[in-house]
Amino acid sequence: MRNQQADLLRSLIGRRRLDKLFSIIFFGATLVSTITLIVIFVTLSYESALFFTHVSIVEFLTGTQWTVLFADKHFGILPLLNATILTSVIAILIAAPVGIAIAVYLSEYAKEGVRAVAKPVVETLAGIPTVIYGYFALYFVTPTVLKAFWQDLQVHNALAVGIMIGVLIIPIVTSISDDAMKAVPYDLKLAAYSLGSRKIDVTFRVIVPAALSGIIAAILLAFARAMGETMIAAIAGGFRPILSFDLGESMQTMTSFIAQVATGDAPHGTIEYESLFAVGLFLLLITAVFNFIGIRVVRRWAIRY
Amino acid sequence: MGDTLLRAPTDRRYRLKKIWDRWVPFILSLGLFFAILTVVALLFTVVTTGFHRISWNLILNYPSANPYEAGMRSAILGSIFTVGLSALICIPLSIATAIYLIEYAKGRRFSEVLSYNIANLAGVPSIVFGVVGLGFLVYGLGLGRSVISGAFTLSVLILPLVTITCVEALRTVPDDLRFGAYALGATTLQVVSKIVLPRSLPMMLTGGILGISRALGEAAPILVISGLIFIREDPVSLFSKFTVMPLQLYNWISRPQAAFIELSSAGIIVLLLILLALNSAAIASRQWLMKRVI
Repeated sequence: MRNQQADLLRSLIGRRRLDKLFSIIFFGATLVSTITLIVIFVTLSYESALFFTHVSIVEFLTGTQWTVLFADKHFGILPLLNATILTSVIAILIAAPVGIAIAVYLSEYAKEGVRAVAKPVVETLAGIPTVIYGYFALYFVTPTVLKAFWQDLQVHNALAVGIMIGVLIIPIVTSISDDAMKAVPYDLKLAAYSLGSRKIDVTFRVIVPAALSGIIAAILLAFARAMGETMIAAIAGGFRPILSFDLGESMQTMTSFIAQVATGDAPHGTIEYESLFAVGLFLLLITAVFNFIGIRVVRRWAIRY
Repeated sequence: MGDTLLRAPTDRRYRLKKIWDRWVPFILSLGLFFAILTVVALLFTVVTTGFHRISWNLILNYPSANPYEAGMRSAILGSIFTVGLSALICIPLSIATAIYLIEYAKGRRFSEVLSYNIANLAGVPSIVFGVVGLGFLVYGLGLGRSVISGAFTLSVLILPLVTITCVEALRTVPDDLRFGAYALGATTLQVVSKIVLPRSLPMMLTGGILGISRALGEAAPILVISGLIFIREDPVSLFSKFTVMPLQLYNWISRPQAAFIELSSAGIIVLLLILLALNSAAIASRQWLMKRVI
């Protein structure tokens, strides 16, 4: 009897110990994402600091020439920034109306059967590797679709890049806005109907305004994703770092500059190599602003309902 | 007051609204048509350009300057090595993180901060992961432009996606089951291993496969880490030089000759078929596991 009790006690203590051990292991795993964020920030800052010992920050932020890969080097990021913003704005001009329309349609109008088929199709858009979108922009959208309206379009151009990125980010807009509209309490809808509203009024004067913060968050997050897109810009946008507002021209975004330097030869320790990190850090900081606001809004609204 | 109510049906605004009300669903569904049209046009372009160029050469040969002999053997093997390794790193890590978040650190401030970090990590552009991998793994830790550098980079890239799915999987397990087990004196570890995990594993598996397909399609971070695109040897160890399928496609797409464009289309078909197979496998295995568990 005594022996049995001792055995039981021992196995109990053993179980508790094992539990403790595993909780520490699981805790360790959770730290990886935080450590990764720290590593990302420290690495970029360290290498950028080396870059900024050669180049003044003022020149970097205000210069209008980016000629890192030429003999006469200028380090003004404005041309790259301009191209990134231009393409992302085109992208959001496509993704926001289309994405929100799909979300409203799926959450308010579509029958269950349509929804079950349509949702995976829309999500497929996000699952297609971006290299393939680049190919599609370069060999279909530019020569077949855009050339029909705009004859003197260059082979590589910002417009096709923006359109393609727009298609890529439609699912982001759709899924977050869809969630936001689903989270609107059913009572609101019933109250509106009981006052004699038509469906159009319920949808656009009750549901959409109530979900507006979520929809705006969706647009912000999608915009951040658009700015970080690389392969479409590298394939269909070309590598000309020019400060221009002509959408038919080839221009280089921040991401495609990184891609170009990476494909070419930028030996460790050279200014070209260090410029990768400066551009990377700049890109991260800009996207982080949009992500930060977007994530905050999503969380606030998630608590509200 | 009563007067306005009676007049309302004949009001112009009222009639206009009635028309709008009828047409809005069609206008909204145009967005859906746009999305479907894009997918169809994309598949049509790829298949008509590249279908006749699909051959065993494409899979078995090394890349070459001659488009009629070139294949993506080294890229396929590189993808299998890198993505496979990153899945081995990422999936256990994601499951462990999710278990801690849901089962151990329930509702604490710490878990809030943590899920916030994961959301932020998900927002980092993929090319930034590549740049950091280049500075930290390739040169900082001296791992070189190798399979292992690529695998580590890809695994943290897909970590948020897989972790979020794992968290959702754990949330689908009803709390009653947990309380029942706790009431019988089970430790948290026992609850996790005997009650929660068997029920949430199918969904976690789906998350893992989603992460794998995302990693298979990523070209940007690998482009920065691997640098070289023209590789004519198989990866044999963790420290081999390597390339991956999307990168090989990028190389072919960037060449202006028509033969290479056809070749890249054929390569895209192969990549899409692999992704399709993976996703079907995810759905099938999920259903099979669900049946076994419940």
